[in-house]
This record gives sequence, structure tokens and C-alpha cells, in this order.
Amino acid sequence: MEQLAELVLNGVSSGAVYAALALSLMIIYQATRVVNFAQPGLALIAAYTAFSVTRATGSYWLGFVLALVVGGALGVLAERLLIRPVQRRSELSAIIVTLGLLMLLQGVAGMVWSNEPHSFPYPLDFRGRFSATDAFAVAAVGVTALGLLLLFRYTPLGLRMRAAAFRPEVARMVGVRVGLMLTVGWGIASVIGALAGMLAVPPFIFPNVLDGVFVYGITAAVIGGLDNPFGAVLGGFTLGIGLSLVSGYLGPELVTLAALVIVVVVLSLRPDGLFTRPRARQV
Amino acid sequence: MTDDTARTGRAAVLDRWRRSPMLLRHLAAALAAFLGIVLLTSVTDPFTNLRIATIGYHLVAVAGLALLIGVSGQISLGHGAFMFIGAYTMALLVIHVPGSPLWANLLLAIAASCAAGVAVGAATARLHGPYLAGATLILAVGLPAVALRYPEALGGSNGLTFSVAGTPPALSDTVPDPRWQSWVVWLAVLLALVVVANVSRGRLGRRLRAVRDDEAAAALSGLRPGRLRTVAFVISAGCGGLAGALQAYLLGTATPSSFGLALSLSLLAAVVLGGLGSLWGALWGALALVYVEVWGHDAAEALGLSDHVANNLPIALFGAALIAIVLLWPSGVQGGLARLGAAVRTRRIGPGGRPD
Amino acid sequence: MSAPAPAPPALEVHDLVSAYGAVRAVDGVSLTVPAGSITAVLGANGAGKTTLLRTVSGAKAAQSGRVLADGVELTRLPADRVVRHGVAHVPEGGGVITQLTVEENLRLGGLWRADRADRVRAREEMYQLFPVLAERRRQPAGALSGGERQMLAIGRALMARPRVLLLDEPSLGLAPMVTRRLLRLLRELRDGTGLTVVLVEQNARGALSVADHGFVLSLGRVAASGDADRLLADDRTRHAYLGF
Repeated sequence: MEQLAELVLNGVSSGAVYAALALSLMIIYQATRVVNFAQPGLALIAAYTAFSVTRATGSYWLGFVLALVVGGALGVLAERLLIRPVQRRSELSAIIVTLGLLMLLQGVAGMVWSNEPHSFPYPLDFRGRFSATDAFAVAAVGVTALGLLLLFRYTPLGLRMRAAAFRPEVARMVGVRVGLMLTVGWGIASVIGALAGMLAVPPFIFPNVLDGVFVYGITAAVIGGLDNPFGAVLGGFTLGIGLSLVSGYLGPELVTLAALVIVVVVLSLRPDGLFTRPRARQV
Repeated sequence: MTDDTARTGRAAVLDRWRRSPMLLRHLAAALAAFLGIVLLTSVTDPFTNLRIATIGYHLVAVAGLALLIGVSGQISLGHGAFMFIGAYTMALLVIHVPGSPLWANLLLAIAASCAAGVAVGAATARLHGPYLAGATLILAVGLPAVALRYPEALGGSNGLTFSVAGTPPALSDTVPDPRWQSWVVWLAVLLALVVVANVSRGRLGRRLRAVRDDEAAAALSGLRPGRLRTVAFVISAGCGGLAGALQAYLLGTATPSSFGLALSLSLLAAVVLGGLGSLWGALWGALALVYVEVWGHDAAEALGLSDHVANNLPIALFGAALIAIVLLWPSGVQGGLARLGAAVRTRRIGPGGRPD
Repeated sequence: MSAPAPAPPALEVHDLVSAYGAVRAVDGVSLTVPAGSITAVLGANGAGKTTLLRTVSGAKAAQSGRVLADGVELTRLPADRVVRHGVAHVPEGGGVITQLTVEENLRLGGLWRADRADRVRAREEMYQLFPVLAERRRQPAGALSGGERQMLAIGRALMARPRVLLLDEPSLGLAPMVTRRLLRLLRELRDGTGLTVVLVEQNARGALSVADHGFVLSLGRVAASGDADRLLADDRTRHAYLGF
């Protein structure tokens, strides 16, 4: 019982990170129908920026803020320069371009900061069961999800973004600058991705540090439904807890395979994700 | 006059060649290629021999993935996982069944990765685009961790080390080990490529393309898209397994770290680089995989750049190349060469003539 | 003393060419729409009517030719800019975004305008004009009937307070009764606000009954044009192009 509670608590805090990644993937997928495989690369550069800034200034929070700024800026650039030209082409083109960007960014990170792990600070005290850092992660992701909900439901910008995502051509006819909305979407998503990176990286940073976490982010997004913000958050936390249990009872090395099994099972039963209401397809 | 007769004579030969059964044609081409490899390895040093062998196993992995992506329209970011399975099957067989001959080991490695391919392919046959990419990505990251889970059997992060038989005693005076090894690798690779080429250009390939282009129409005309996609997945998984087994045979080791996500992504990069769905494209891709790495190191050394630049230059270059190709040159190297060739032929034959 | 220069027409199209690949769907169309008029654009399926509207509103790029609204050049502007110049386009089928609520659809139409107070005022006006939308404002637009969707689409376009309203086949799929009501409403809007309406219709008889002028397109060109009564009376045009 003791162990179960412990595992669930661990799962909640890692689930927060998966939820943030899933949200980020979902926003981009909803806006541009692209799964952003470059996301761990963007977040990686953001986290390395924080690493350098923190080392130079001694301030964790300055690094934290700059990481979010850099992450968002990279997302905006990626959309403008790389995604827009291939968006109207095949699904495969967009997948390949984002993968290319991932390889490029990881390679560049390795060249600049080397492949050696550097120690990377936690935001707050990380010792003990459900530490201050864990609470911070859960709170940060909770605030982010709430902020997104408010943005999309209740602001003119959110309404424009949704219109641009659902029916770009119609949105244009009623005066929405669709291209701008897509760029804003990538920016917001990449800020969230950078946040997830900052939470996931400690204690060490190296070029592949986010690969594993990203895999769980994708898993969470897929089981939650790539179209559904609540699903993404719920998927993140469910996966976090589920994988924590797998890790505790079966061994940490099998966690990724467990994620694969979960994805395959969920997708064969519910191709649109666990938390998406099945709905007739739009023509 | 003589020029003309020579040309008709050549045309007749070409014609007969085109009408001969496809399998025979591919086997003959493979034989010619093998003789070329034997020749090439005989005039190069052992170091280059090994590099040629390295190109060989990369080629079969890239060709299998090219078949999957180009012909059946599925994407896999997890082919490193099948190489992992092939390599570890090979290693375990060499260690635990010392009497088993090399060809049997290779076949068993292929069988093991095909079996994994059946499982993964059947499970993912209904997935498309980003979902399939995501699922196979998880496979690429997750499978090598299995070696860490069972350190007694699979050697943990150090992997398995073993020694493989070199040149048979009868030839050991005349043929050095690296040369023999590269022959073995290329023989296996070319045989596998014959299979891939036959599939790609034969009835199965046509059906796969039909499913890729219009699944609904293909299903209406009696094809079974799910099953066909699984078959393509299994074939390409088998190619991956063979590549992994050959790698293990060459290196005498199998370590989990060499089958990470970077490998899977590099294979994809090679496919895209060469041009989707073309065997020649796969060759250019495999060459790029081997030589970009080599040249990256050389360039970094020549320019006095640090080790971590040298180590990361290839992956950054591949990434940049992937982006550049999709944005600027979507048909890849082979597509570009084909267009170039067509242009040259049209010019030589003249505007009225038909190049084919 | 010279007379004041006449006001430019609400919409002018000069020699417009708009193609899909090699197919010139609109092949050199010129037309003039006087301010405050209802102008019907008629013709068979595939005559180029929809392409004409889409090219005018910037939803599709023109190959050549010019489009002016109130004398302002709109050629080559994208759709989101054209609407800012007072030309609003209701596409075929209405283009209601079914995933958004009725009210969200409506709000979307005026969102680009800076005058917040007037946006709210315009919304209330639309609810008065279409009371059924007010009743269903919180429902997803996908739950509306065909006629209600057309009303929502027109309301959304009017939220921009346009001077020119481009309407593509508003009667498509509607019951004759609903169509008549819709056409009458256009007439009232024109009379009440001076709105200029360009009405693309296959239902030529209905469209000409409310229109002042008509243009008949055939294979991407203007085959006939004139006052609505004259077109209605001209048997040859009616038989050759309008099918009644």
C-alpha cells in the first residue's frame, strides 16, 4: 500500500510533464495537422539556453524565463521557415521535415555543449516524497492547461485560432489572418514544450535527454486523442501513473515497451483516442 | 553503317534482357554486382574492405525501409529496433550455439526480426501517418532498453561480445579476413536485394502501390490493405534484421547504444536522401550514411574542431539534408539522377526519338 | 460648374481570368455592380460563377484582370484583406464552422473590426434580424438546419458591416418557402441599409425576381447581361442559358 501510494505520486509528477508535452503536440496538430517531432529538439535548445544562462548568472529563474522565450521563438521560426512550405504537401513531408529539424537541433546541441552530461538544477527542493519540485511541476502544468482553456474558449485570439484550425479557408473569408494564427499556435505550443523540457531535464542535460520523455508525450497525446486538450492532459496523467506502476512492479527498463503496448492497444480499440467522443467525420 | 548494326544488335540484346523472367534478371544483376564487389575488395586495403562491407549492411536496411515507405506508403521510425533484434539474435546464436553455421544464423536472425515485424506490423496496420510514426518511434526508443532489463542474458549496456569465424582455412592464405567478411556480407545483401527488387517490381509491389494510392479503391477490387501493409512491414523488418545480424558479424559485438533513435532516424534520412522507393536510391543513401560520417570526422579533424563537433556533425548534416531535400528536391538523389539521365538521353536521341 | 463626379460603382471587375491548372474557369469576365443594387450572376453548373466569386473575394488568386470595390483596387489581395475593404463573401453552403457555437460563428464575422462597442451592437442587430439564431446561440452550429445555417452565414458576413455582400447559391438545398424568405430578406436589407448584393444562383427565376440586374455566365464568359426584367422577358437567353 505504501509503495502503491508512492508510485502513484511519482506518476502524477511525471504525468504533469507528459501532459505538457501532449498539450504542446495537440495544439500544433490541431492547427496544422502536423505532429511536431522536432519538439524535443526545440525544448532541448531552450533547456541548454537555461543551462548556460544559469551558469553565467547564477539565477535559475532568469534561465527558466529565457528558456521559454527561446523555445517559443524557435517554434515560430520553425513554422514560418520550414513547416509552411511543406504544409500543403503530403503527411510524409511534414513528418520528415520535423524529424530533420530534430536531428539538426540535437546535432547542433551536441556540437555546442558536447555529448557529455552536465548537471542541471531542479527548480526547487527535490528531496522526499512529492517534493516542492513535484508540486511545482503539477502546478505549472495545471496553470498552463487552465490558461489554454481560457485562451481558446473566451478570448478573441482563441476563437480566431480555433476557426483557423477548423476551417482555414472560411476563417480567411471572415478576416482571420490564418497564417498568423498558425504561427501563434506553434509559438504557444513551443513555449509549453520548453516548459516541459525544463521540468523533465534535471538532474542532467545531454543531447538525447528528452527522447524518452518525448516518447511518453506522444503516447499521452495519442491515447488522449490528438484533437482534444482535455484528453491530452488526462492522457498525460493517466500515462504517468500507469508507467510509474509498470516501473515499480515490473522494472523501469520495460516502461517504454509498456508505452508501446498501451498505444497499440488504445489505437486499435479507439483510433481517435480514449477521451475523444467518437464523431462522424467531417467531409 | 556499322554503328547502326551495332545499335540494333544492342537493342536486340536489351530486348531479350527485358523479356527474360524478372527473377533471373535480378539474379544476374546481383551476380554481376557480386563480381564487382569481389574485384573492388581485391584491389583495396583491408580497411576499405570493411568499409565496403559496412555500406553493404546499411544498404539492405535502407532498401527495406525504402520499400516500406516508398512502395507501401507506411513510415517507420523504428527500423533500428529490427536491426537490434537481428544483431542480438546473431550474437546469442554465436555464443550459445557455437556449432550453428553462419548462413543458418543469418536466416534465424531474419526469421526473428520477421516475427517481430509480424507482431508490430499487424498491430499497426490500421495506423497511418503521424500515428504510425509515433508508434514506431516508441519501438525504436523502447526496445534497446530490453538489453538493460536482462543484463545476464543480454549483457546490459555493454552488450554482447563474441568472435566470429574468419576466412575458411582452405582460403586463409590468399584471402584476408576483412575481404572474406565483406564478400559474405555482400552475398547476403545482394540476395536480399533480389527479393526486395522482385517484390517491388512484381505483383505484390503493384498491389502495395494500389493500396498506398487509394486504399478504398484497392479494397473494393478485392485486395486486403491491412494484410498487404503487414506483409510490407515484415519484409522490411526482415531486411533490418539481416542488416543488424551482418553488423554484429562484422563487429563481433552487439550493444544497445548503437541501436538508438539516432540510428532509426539516420536510416530514414538515407531513404529520403536517396529518393523514396528506389533501390538505386537506397545505394546512394547507404553510401551517404557511411561517408558523411567518415567525411564529417575528417573535416572536423582537418579544421581542428573539437571531438564533440566531429561526433555530432553527421547527425546535424543529415538533419539539414532531410530538410533541404524535402523543401528543394523532393525526389531525392536518384530522382535527380533519373531526370538528368532522361534529359541527356532525349538530347542524344533528338527531340523526335523516344528514349525508351 | 461641372457636375460632381459620379460615385464609383460598388464593384467593378475587368477582364478577370481565373484558372485551375489549364482550365480557365473564369475567362475574361467584366462586370459592373452599381452601389445599392442586387445583381444576380446566373448560369449553368460549371459556368464559372463560384470561381468568379472566389476570385473577387480573394479566396482564389486571379491569373489576370482587375477587381475594384468603391474604386479601391482589390486584385491580388488575400481574402482576409478583401473583407476589410467592405466585401464579404458567403461561400457555397454557407461555410458555417460546425465545431463552434452559433454565437462564436457570429462573433467571428466582426472580430477584425476595432470598434468593440459596435461589434456588440452588430451582434444584437443580427439576433433581431434572425431571432432563431438568438434562441440557439449557445448550441454548436452543426446542430442548425440548412436554412438556419444560411442565416447564420449571412449574419456572420453582415457582422463585418460590408458594403458588398457576395452570396454563393444561398438557396442550395433549401425548401422553396425558405428560399423565398431568404430572397425577400436580401431585398429588405438592400432597401434598409443600402447594401450591395451579388447573388450567384442556379435558381435563375428566383434570383431575377429580386434582382435589379443580371449577368449570365457561360463557359467562363459573360453571355448576356441587362436589367432583370429584360432578362426574364428575353426568351432566347432564358432557353439557351437559364433553362426555364
